[in-house]
Amino acid sequence: MSDPKIEGYQFKPGFKGMASDTGSDQTMFKGVHWGKAMMWIFLLSDTFVFSCFLISYMKGRGSTLVEWPYPSEVFGLHVFGVDVPLLLIAIMTFVLITSSGTMALAVKYGYEKNRKMCGWLILATAIGGLTFVGMQAFEWSKLIHEGVRPWENPFGAPQFGSFFFMITGFHGTHVSIGVIFLFIYAYKVFAGHYDNQKRGWFTTMKGDYVEIEILGLYWHFVDLVWVFIFAFFYLW
Amino acid sequence: MADTKEKEQSSTHKIGIYLWIWGLLFVLSFFSYMVDWYNFQGLLRWSLILIFMFLKAGLIMAFFMHLFWERYALVNVLLWPMTAIACFIFLMAAEFEYTLFSRAFYFVVGGGV
Repeated sequence: MSDPKIEGYQFKPGFKGMASDTGSDQTMFKGVHWGKAMMWIFLLSDTFVFSCFLISYMKGRGSTLVEWPYPSEVFGLHVFGVDVPLLLIAIMTFVLITSSGTMALAVKYGYEKNRKMCGWLILATAIGGLTFVGMQAFEWSKLIHEGVRPWENPFGAPQFGSFFFMITGFHGTHVSIGVIFLFIYAYKVFAGHYDNQKRGWFTTMKGDYVEIEILGLYWHFVDLVWVFIFAFFYLW
Repeated sequence: MADTKEKEQSSTHKIGIYLWIWGLLFVLSFFSYMVDWYNFQGLLRWSLILIFMFLKAGLIMAFFMHLFWERYALVNVLLWPMTAIACFIFLMAAEFEYTLFSRAFYFVVGGGV
């Protein structure tokens, strides 16, 4: 890369580096892949979207006089003759964390140019994500069968359904989009697009394993959002 | 430039750190599930949920998303806007208290007051 904007640029660590970064000429994050900077900006905006959902949920739940459905029981499962609270949600959480771990390792192996390991780990991540979406579909259909609707439910405050479908639906959409991209990138890694520096679809930029890190950022963010949904919606 | 790029690109970390964080995330998730399992209530429940939540979020952001190793300019661009969210939470918390109060009040007294 012989970008005139970063010619002769020396990265300085710490607050000195921050000062020279923010006060720098033409480009702020010199030497950072633009896709990575843009992914972070996108994730920041997505953070605001999810925050608005969770804050509106807080307001809805806090301002109703009707008893809120008890999530521990609503999301409980009846297995082997025992009622286990939040069982499905716990499994979903563990599946998502597992896939987040495999993604982190995929990024690591990508930077080490270990094509096979990277590809298999991305594939494992995709399968974890797919499992998660599958379990969410099961959870949705179970609740819909029990009569939960966006405007009413048999457990308590009618607002419960609208917040549930909105928040988990939006998160599930993010997971689904992530799974699609994970499969695409698993293919790209296995096909050697990053070893051969093959150019991407909408860009003349050469392929590089940094794209796996960008994909990883998105996937970890999906996991991160789930941490908050798990805490506020299911446990609270 | 070639040097900085080389450095940036080869910023790979030992596998041990990832496995540690991974394990910690499992343990923390298990703990937060246990909060529900043992049916803790009230302030204890809420504080435990929040502690485990922030620990998990912090670990994911710092190590899986590499923010711990990232340049400060990026970290600050990402984290300062979060204060706006914190403000919004406080505003809406005040708002729901008020809505709850007025609902409770007028449901009892009636709308004719």
